[in-house]
Amino acid sequence: MPGAIYAEGLVKTFGDVRALDGVDLDVPEGTVLGLLGPNGAGKTTTVRCLTTLLRPDSGKAVVAGLDVLKQPDAVRRSIGLSGQFAAVDEYLTGRENLQMVGQLYQMRAKAARARADELLEQFHLADAADRTAKTYSGGMRRRLDLAAALVVSPPVMFMDEPTTGLDPRNRQQLWEVIKQLVSGGTTLLLTTQYLEEADHLAHDIAVVDHGRVIAQGTSDQLKARTGGERVEVVVHEREDIRAASALLDKYSLRGPGKGDTTVEEHMRKITTPVAGGAKLLAEIIRELDTHGIEIDDIGLRRPTLDDVFLSLTGHVAEAGGEDEGDGERTARDAGGRGHRSSKEAAK
Amino acid sequence: MSAVTDAVRTTAPGNPIAQSIRDSLVVARRNLIRMARIPEVVIFGLIQPIMFVVLFSYVFGGSMDIGGSTSPEVYREFLMAGIFAQTVTFATAGAGAGIAEDMHKGLIDRFRSLPMARGAVLTGRTLADLVQTALTLLVLAVVALLVGWRTHTSFGEVLGAFALLLLTGYAFTWIGAVIGLSVRTPEAATSGGLVWLFPVTFVSNAFVDSDNMTPWLRHIAEWNPFSATVQACRELFGNPGVSTSDAWPMQHPVWASLIYSVLIIALFRTLAVRKYRSAAT
Repeated sequence: MPGAIYAEGLVKTFGDVRALDGVDLDVPEGTVLGLLGPNGAGKTTTVRCLTTLLRPDSGKAVVAGLDVLKQPDAVRRSIGLSGQFAAVDEYLTGRENLQMVGQLYQMRAKAARARADELLEQFHLADAADRTAKTYSGGMRRRLDLAAALVVSPPVMFMDEPTTGLDPRNRQQLWEVIKQLVSGGTTLLLTTQYLEEADHLAHDIAVVDHGRVIAQGTSDQLKARTGGERVEVVVHEREDIRAASALLDKYSLRGPGKGDTTVEEHMRKITTPVAGGAKLLAEIIRELDTHGIEIDDIGLRRPTLDDVFLSLTGHVAEAGGEDEGDGERTARDAGGRGHRSSKEAAK
Repeated sequence: MSAVTDAVRTTAPGNPIAQSIRDSLVVARRNLIRMARIPEVVIFGLIQPIMFVVLFSYVFGGSMDIGGSTSPEVYREFLMAGIFAQTVTFATAGAGAGIAEDMHKGLIDRFRSLPMARGAVLTGRTLADLVQTALTLLVLAVVALLVGWRTHTSFGEVLGAFALLLLTGYAFTWIGAVIGLSVRTPEAATSGGLVWLFPVTFVSNAFVDSDNMTPWLRHIAEWNPFSATVQACRELFGNPGVSTSDAWPMQHPVWASLIYSVLIIALFRTLAVRKYRSAAT
């Protein structure tokens, strides 16, 4: 039996652009799938096809057990959609917005009003219920938009970049709301450019690029594909780089001299893949100390989803935000597949 | 998947026509609330026709030959049907801009993802515009009475004229809906909704006696759907300047106006709903 959201070979072209080039998805009931990819990868188009807003050129889509192409109206009764742009009427109050959506879900006016009050309470908007949405902050509008998608407690939810453009505090808040929601058993498909967000909220992650799903799995599975942990050292003195790099290379996973240790000269940073965890880290620190190499920073790093994306696609996820990632934005220009820095073979 | 089937059952659709009416009214209410909260739009919508009444009647009145008379009083009575008709057609721009804004803001996406009647978003908008048009007409009629416009027929005929005007305005808002769904920004919908209205309303019998036009222009004016409504109003108000042309719409203006309006609604509603269903933002 296919999952609550199922897509097979979805293709959609706009003129010459092949926005979707055979998207396959399967989201089991009650789980969260994070659709991760850069701008223009096909995330929004996928959501639009699955929510009956767009008719795919070919392929199959089933949502909540209903064929999206053959029973669009029945699908609409079973889904909630929260968009990239907070789609609320800014001249209506929070309550009027939710009541209208409820009525358009075919609820009676009275029931719709009661449900609106409930949601306003739940989303901490009760105080602002009778103010027009125009006066709301960005975070409040997103919450109202999300509440609108939840009016009938649909079994299947779609959220298209729910936190894009929000400040970290509001994003954190919205994450809590989403977590609460999925703990109640809702199936959710969430698109995001934020690798951290997918890591945080999704059971499974599908990485999309150029209209295709290029990898799917749990966050851990995807990270494993990129390789295991690595040690990063930032030395204090530029002249120590060479010595430190030779020292670190001894501990590299495949043994010394295999060219696995990388150096970023301008940042005085040396990285090598290792296996051995904290114990090994302590040993390296002692060794560096013995050789009189002063360090600014040392750490054991597990691969981030950023690394995953890079190793899968050969380019960094081009997120619109500025507060995720680890300061290695310059890597975007390097362009090498899986290599963020000029490689320097240790001797 | 019991949760799924339950949700479907609790919101099973009823009678599709009843649903369509209900949904349209919900959307109309929403648009009326908006209009009430942005009164500038309604007020500017009123200033323009009032300005036309004053400017046309005092500037042009006295130099216009209406049925052999150049009296300003005669022109003022002649003019009013034209201004009323032009005013109702200007609702096109409002409908177009409103729908374009909904597209732009992503609201159309939200509506399209809801289990609501297909044409209801557009019908709701055009109905709200109809209410606004009626209010504008009411204010305008008072201003017209103040500057000396009078009707010389029965109450029923006068009401009939206003009904024809509202129907014409309603038909034109469907043209606005198509424009609103076709352009990329609300600003484009406003100007796109207005520019073509100037030739339509001026190449007509609204402000001058079309009998005095050069023959080719006169034919266009006489068959212009807009002229039929103006002619019908003059006839129903008992105002001067009723064209004596033997063109069919001038001879049977009430029928012509009705037929034109119904045709416009049928054609542009079909187009608009089709565009709405495949709308991409």
